[in-house]
Amino acid sequence: MEVAELLERARPVALAGQRALPVIPALTSILPGGLCRGGTLAVGSGPGATSLLLALLAGASAEGSWAALVGMPEVGPEAAASMGVDLGRLALVPDPGEQWPAVVSALLDGIDLVAVRLGGRLRLRPAEARRLAARARHQSSVLMVTGAPWPEGCDLSLDVVAGGWEGLGNGYGSLARRRVEVAVSGRRAASRRRQATLWLPDDSGRPEPIDDTLVALHP
Amino acid sequence: MVWYPDWPVVASGVVGPVAVIQANQVVVASAEARSEGVRVGQRRRQAEAVCPGLAIVGRDEDRDARAFEPLVAAVARFCPTVEVMRPGLCAFSARGPARYFGGEESLARQVAEAVDAATAVVSGTMGEGCRVGVADGPFAGTLAARRGRIVPPGATAEFLAPLSVRELGRPEFADLLGRLGVRTLGQLAALPAPQVLSRFGWEGAAVHRLARGLDERPLDARRPPEDLSVEAELDPPVDRVDTAAFVAKALADRLYAGLVKGGWRCTLVRIEAESEHGESLCRTWRHDGTFSAATLAERVRWQLDGWLTGPSRPTAGLTKLRLVPEEMVADHGTQLGFWGGMAEADRQAARVLARVQSMIGPDGVVTAVLDGGRSPTERATLIPWGDQRAPRRRPELPWPGRIPPPAPALTSAPAGSVALEDSGGRPVVVNGRAEPSGAPARFRPDRGPELTVSGWSAPWPCQERWWDPDGHRRRAWMQVAVEDGRAFLLAAEGSRWSVEAIYD
Repeated sequence: MEVAELLERARPVALAGQRALPVIPALTSILPGGLCRGGTLAVGSGPGATSLLLALLAGASAEGSWAALVGMPEVGPEAAASMGVDLGRLALVPDPGEQWPAVVSALLDGIDLVAVRLGGRLRLRPAEARRLAARARHQSSVLMVTGAPWPEGCDLSLDVVAGGWEGLGNGYGSLARRRVEVAVSGRRAASRRRQATLWLPDDSGRPEPIDDTLVALHP
Repeated sequence: MVWYPDWPVVASGVVGPVAVIQANQVVVASAEARSEGVRVGQRRRQAEAVCPGLAIVGRDEDRDARAFEPLVAAVARFCPTVEVMRPGLCAFSARGPARYFGGEESLARQVAEAVDAATAVVSGTMGEGCRVGVADGPFAGTLAARRGRIVPPGATAEFLAPLSVRELGRPEFADLLGRLGVRTLGQLAALPAPQVLSRFGWEGAAVHRLARGLDERPLDARRPPEDLSVEAELDPPVDRVDTAAFVAKALADRLYAGLVKGGWRCTLVRIEAESEHGESLCRTWRHDGTFSAATLAERVRWQLDGWLTGPSRPTAGLTKLRLVPEEMVADHGTQLGFWGGMAEADRQAARVLARVQSMIGPDGVVTAVLDGGRSPTERATLIPWGDQRAPRRRPELPWPGRIPPPAPALTSAPAGSVALEDSGGRPVVVNGRAEPSGAPARFRPDRGPELTVSGWSAPWPCQERWWDPDGHRRRAWMQVAVEDGRAFLLAAEGSRWSVEAIYD
């Protein structure tokens, strides 16, 4: 094993007092401070949402954080790995059952990033939503929801606003890369809407930034 | 010392040649299986090859511990202070009972008969394998029990002298001693103690004491300064094993935290329980080394399991549980690994995931490992959390015909047939050479609106396992992009199209 690799592994996961989880370089333009610990985050449910969710997990996962996907039986582990998620630190709870709020609450105790797909059997009352958000805040974990809107409104919400695959013709070629536009809006410091264009994924399967021009749209 | 050979085999209750398997390797084999050539450490396939009638059972320490409880109860009729070392091995002080039951030989015979009778009830087989040995100290006692010997007091060093250093149960250390020409315990005991300590450190000093027929550690005359026992009132009373296990874990953690605070480690713990009807149960467990929080919790769970499911179960639920550390040694500390190892975050995540497993079942929490295969669902295998993360097929092989990267983000999409039509509304089919009958223009999933195709790849054929009549599959794959920005992976089998994955 290379010394550099050992050094990488021996480095502390988070320094004392560090309140944010890192994100991959492609997302730093829209999330400059990383993912704020203790917050809630919504990922839209349109095309590209799953890839965006995995890309959000990748930065922290590569730095040693644990992540859990709840109620997402169909997410492809191979795609998660190519996005940069460490599969050794990714727990999947495909079917959390009727008592799923208790399961999510338990996961928030020791896992930094917990992503839940709402909808179907996973419905939520506002009181439970408040309790889960408070749990995430107390345990300094990040709660991510997708599939349906969070009843209470989230600290941050990310969405894929436009996207298209490249590399596929009519009867030739194969899917190679996808250019997407991701928009983020939220409360407090993040109330200004930001937008970025990135490859999700690029030719090598990883999410990469396309350019660094940050487009700030004024409402 | 009472020893039951191959206890996991007996506890499984299977007769004939049996092998107990863990992680595809034989860990224990019955005498019949050994005579056929089955060896510990063999792979399952090798074992089955040398002994075709071999019955395979999985390793289950809970089962072993549960089945052992009636035997301990049988021994406890001779002497109430029985110390369980592990399922299959327990010890008691012979000095008092030997006098009462007419000498050590007589005591050993009576204990063996009682244990064999209890085994016959437990496993339904003829119990005749129990061996009892008497010697000074638990280490020599175990060796004496293996040989069914009764060593007179003070003669333990002579008994140990001709035995091999491999009997110490420390293979690496025994290997080193062997290379230095020290092959028997007698030769090791003859070395001067200070030199052994300076050459081999604390481990060598402990082993040297064992070889001389003494206890591993010198007697620690200091008494623990405080009462470190922990206790839990159970309200409502507990009569189910899973609930009891939860309490056991919490209580063991508390005891361990108390020990750590005082700088102690525990080698012998007494587990006491009281039932609603006032019955009191008590059992002592000894550890070869020192208990960690996890091993402590495990022993408590085994014991509760044994009590609550055994033949002499209490008539009502348990109301009180108490753990008393009986024998403690000073904690000299452990040096944690400098590079890597398990970080605190990993330990915390492991605890949380185990807790979620206790809520929704062990298969409810899985981790994924990349695997070999062609279709997107084959490219990863889901493994229950806690099991060994090993791929089933060989991921490093090229797997010709597999789906080209990038990997689709949604794999096991809801299976269902889809309609694929060309611009004239005719269904698109592929022929035997994977050529489409027309250019796909519209795409209608099982549910949802019709989508307009914006791009499609040439279908490529994939024939899998042509030699296998059951596993044989012949498919044509095609990637289709639609106007809203999504892309699908479709497979044609026969004349039906289905969505295999979504590039979400």
